[in-house]
Amino acid sequence: MVLAAPMLRSLIAAAAEQVIACAPELTALDQAIGDGDHGANMKRGFEAVLGKLDTIAAAPPGAAVKAVGRTLVMTVGGASGPLYGSFFIALGDALSAGKRLPEDLADIFASGVDAVSARGRSQAGEKTMLDVLVPVLDTLRAEAARPDLAARVRATATAAVERTVPMLATKGRAAFLGPRSIGHIDPGARSSCVLVHAICNTLEAHL
Amino acid sequence: MSDTVGIVIVSHSQDIAKGTADMVRQMVGNEVRVAFCGGNPDGGLGTNVPRIIDAIEAVWSAKGVAILVDLGGAETNSEMAVEMLPPERRGRVVVCNAPIVEGAVMAATEAAGGSPLDKVRAVAEELSAS
Repeated sequence: MVLAAPMLRSLIAAAAEQVIACAPELTALDQAIGDGDHGANMKRGFEAVLGKLDTIAAAPPGAAVKAVGRTLVMTVGGASGPLYGSFFIALGDALSAGKRLPEDLADIFASGVDAVSARGRSQAGEKTMLDVLVPVLDTLRAEAARPDLAARVRATATAAVERTVPMLATKGRAAFLGPRSIGHIDPGARSSCVLVHAICNTLEAHL
Repeated sequence: MSDTVGIVIVSHSQDIAKGTADMVRQMVGNEVRVAFCGGNPDGGLGTNVPRIIDAIEAVWSAKGVAILVDLGGAETNSEMAVEMLPPERRGRVVVCNAPIVEGAVMAATEAAGGSPLDKVRAVAEELSAS
């Protein structure tokens, strides 16, 4: 698979549209254990991405994905801006550094996961977006050769979101709640799942 | 006058950021340069990377800039803003692990005396030692 401009445009548009559509749900989740701005912040960031889609999608893949990241950094306005921004900037840098699709997909994704981990000084198990991104990376590594990879990644992400419910938050705003963070889905894990599903669905539709 | 560390105050709230800067100016005086920003790009509560970058540039000094933040997102966005500076400036900006109001006053007091960035940061961060 070559990441041709029309496909890249479809992937970015689908990711943005799905996050925007889920903004009320993300806000509701964040009102339970955060400060209630995750949906609005992500919506603002991805609306800015959609507003620049023509320019972004005209660039080479690495530069385009990096531009998505920089746009999120500059417009989201909460901690999710630098976190998702760093994720896409690292993905873009990996693509620009000569990583290839599909064979290097897991390595490219790993660059993004590492960037989120460094930016948030966080690991999986702390009730954050990493609790979706890390299992997704594991599936990409373990099942890369399978023809139904997209479906498997999607299932991994969905299950991973549910596994944040019993977790105790030790990073991010939810950590202020201590034990009261238990029993809720993590909003960042949910938004990561929405993005992963949007990408998988778009890839499936074009294969 | 340009020979003092600059102070940047980053809060989720424009009112808190401005109020903290007002306190610094009243308590420390005008010999230290202070910039502040608060609020997200829509004017609600949050922080905003482009405005943090502008604030750093507004008080830029060869001796560096110390940033005081409130809650987690302000810290994360400030670190991101530092990374987006030109490479030659990145190493001369620090985000202090200190309470925003007390940290800003202590950092500004130290900066006003002409102390280097490491010392300004250390004085602010002493407030966080338990």
